[in-house]
Amino acid sequence: MSAAYWRRAMNTAPARTAAAPRPAEAATDAHARSDAPRRLSFLGLRLSVRHVFVLLGVLIYPFVASPFFTYQIGAQSLALGLIALSLTLLAGYGGMVSLAQMSVAGMAGYLVAIFGASTATAISLSWPWWLAVALAIVLAVVFATLIGWLSVRTEGIYTIMITLAIGVAFFYLAQQNYTLFNGHLGFNQVFPPSVWGIDFRTPVPFYYLTLACALAGYWFVKLLVRAPFGVALQGIRDNPRRMYALGYHVTAHRVAAYAVAGLLAAVGGVLITWYNNRVSPGSMGVGVMINILVIAVLGGVKHPIGAFLGAIVFVLLQNFAIDLVDRERFNLVIGGVFLAIVLFSPDGLLGLWALLRARLPAGTATSSNQRRQA
Amino acid sequence: MNVNKRILARSMLGLAAAAALMGTAWAQETLKIGLLATLEGPFAVPGQDSMRGADLALKQKNGMAGGKKIEFIKLSSDATPDKAVAATRKAVEQDKVPIMIGPLSGDEGIAVKNYAKTQPGVTFINGSSGAQATTLSDPSPNFYRFNTEGAQWMVGLGEHALGKGYKKVFLVAEDYGFPYSQVQGFMASYCAKGGKVVDKAWVPLGTKDYASVIARMPKDIDAVLVVLGGSDAVNFLTQYEQAGGNKPMIGGSITVDQTVLNFKGKRRESLLGTASAGPMADSIDTPEWKKFVADYKAAFKDGFPSPSLFAYLYYINTKATLDALDAVKGDLSNGHKAYREALQKTNFMGPAGTVKIDANRNGVGTTYITEVTKAADGSFYNKVVKTVPDISQTLGLPEADFKKMGLGSRDVPDCRK
Repeated sequence: MSAAYWRRAMNTAPARTAAAPRPAEAATDAHARSDAPRRLSFLGLRLSVRHVFVLLGVLIYPFVASPFFTYQIGAQSLALGLIALSLTLLAGYGGMVSLAQMSVAGMAGYLVAIFGASTATAISLSWPWWLAVALAIVLAVVFATLIGWLSVRTEGIYTIMITLAIGVAFFYLAQQNYTLFNGHLGFNQVFPPSVWGIDFRTPVPFYYLTLACALAGYWFVKLLVRAPFGVALQGIRDNPRRMYALGYHVTAHRVAAYAVAGLLAAVGGVLITWYNNRVSPGSMGVGVMINILVIAVLGGVKHPIGAFLGAIVFVLLQNFAIDLVDRERFNLVIGGVFLAIVLFSPDGLLGLWALLRARLPAGTATSSNQRRQA
Repeated sequence: MNVNKRILARSMLGLAAAAALMGTAWAQETLKIGLLATLEGPFAVPGQDSMRGADLALKQKNGMAGGKKIEFIKLSSDATPDKAVAATRKAVEQDKVPIMIGPLSGDEGIAVKNYAKTQPGVTFINGSSGAQATTLSDPSPNFYRFNTEGAQWMVGLGEHALGKGYKKVFLVAEDYGFPYSQVQGFMASYCAKGGKVVDKAWVPLGTKDYASVIARMPKDIDAVLVVLGGSDAVNFLTQYEQAGGNKPMIGGSITVDQTVLNFKGKRRESLLGTASAGPMADSIDTPEWKKFVADYKAAFKDGFPSPSLFAYLYYINTKATLDALDAVKGDLSNGHKAYREALQKTNFMGPAGTVKIDANRNGVGTTYITEVTKAADGSFYNKVVKTVPDISQTLGLPEADFKKMGLGSRDVPDCRK
């Protein structure tokens, strides 16, 4: 699979030298279709009917859903999905499973609270929101780059371990440092700004803010993985020694991937901090770090949309599992669903979808996909 | 096979119809109340007992209040403020509950109070959270707390310690909001009456190794003030014993519980006489408390031998909620105006003293000073030695003096020399 993927990706790269993808290959691969360049082109991306449907769906959503569904389900899924997307980029396209993505997000959230306004007036600097956000994102990307620089020399399970260690270390640092991170309590009342008379604390504007960021992130990843950098990254994932022999700087590419993923996680972190109106060590503890991995794996790391699908299922389960069964056993439902999905489909929801599409006639399958993604 | 399937489909249809019918039949008479406790995470066991306390209050009223059938919408958090607010938001915005009870722990309480401000049409009643700031700084007009909080629970312990001759103590406490409040409650009167807290060791929650803390202890102290909970307290005690420590102990409200009393070390006997304080004690000798324990035992076969602190706190908060509903006959009109007035006027004899609130909607209540004593059968228990009634949130100080001291934190109050 991965070798074919890489080959195809090379074929669709801008500097095209090889022939167009062979039709046989495109037909056998479930994801190949979305990569085939014969659709409407927009910003370098092909817009198909189903993209338009999904886009309309998510745009209309707040008008049909209650404020609760708009804010707690919709906005939260999109923000979490954005953080999971950073992991999808690293794991799915770079072959590096980093548990520290939530730490990068947490760092961005903390920095927004430190540079911006919060109840901890002794620490928060109350700078204008745009300055606070810009600084937070830049510094969080630096933090992500450092994490990458430390962990790129490891492979597989060792990458997971070193990023877990970094994440836990950062958690304890935030928990025990009072001069900068305000210890166990963290920062309260970190609110999104009001801009041009729009108060982003209210559900609908906040939803559109997260939607805009999520869409931008999604498109960014889609573009990136077909750009020379993304293609080289996938090559490094599949065969680093060969890429090295071809003259690519493997380590630099990997560190750069961490930095780019860090950007996505940082934006997601700022959004999730605004969503909760607060940030504390618990916002990026081990449980939350694992949740991001669960979301990414649940949705499927083979395609950027998987992160958002996973986030939607995850948030829905977290909110409504308690209504399904006994109050004291609802975590069993959550765990059971996760297990079932991973057990029956190693590629997560996307894998399930590919399986379904292989079984059903093409027409029906496409329409059910639209519903799922909307 | 086919027939089976059809039967299954029909019975499911029938069930659905029955459920729908029942739903509409009860629609006029059922009042939903959200109930949030921590059923996950580190406080899962106390969370379950909290639910028992709330269920008991409802059971004593036969499931009715204000002429309506009461239905609890139970919710869970994992003791993190984020999760508590998410669960509360679901109950308020999705399940549309007019009244919300919870949460369990301090930082959750502050977060839910902040959320309460955005929902003026809903009345929020605390569960068992005991952070000072919830009602002291920037309170929300629709958030009520009928229990007293962490600092109030320690009032009177300072004088008691001085009475036992402890002039200089060393503090070991967990590094977060609740112990800050507890330590302030102790030190406010202890320092004012001439006691000295020579040094403070704030340790992270869940600390396993206390060697560096024990090494820091000066030799000339009279006692150690230990504000740790559960396994942290046992770990400290074991290591203190191994290091040859021999000073008596003063405990916080959740320090000297059953896990510590069952401590099997050589110094077990030295636990005798350990003083602590809290809003209740297992051995209160009043008919109200005995009835409460008997009711709890009768209602929950799977419960603890005696209701925990959390069951007690959820019980009084739920009882206040339901009593006020009775008082206004279930009238929640006009933005809960009559109901909130009834809540403000709450004054009943709870299992462990009077339950009433002040102008900030925070409980004013009784604290029990206890000492570890040996029972006839050789087991250890906390014997009530003194009760201190009517403790306000300003710890008995005039409000201006209390404001000058500020809320409890790592450095406030301070009396080293």
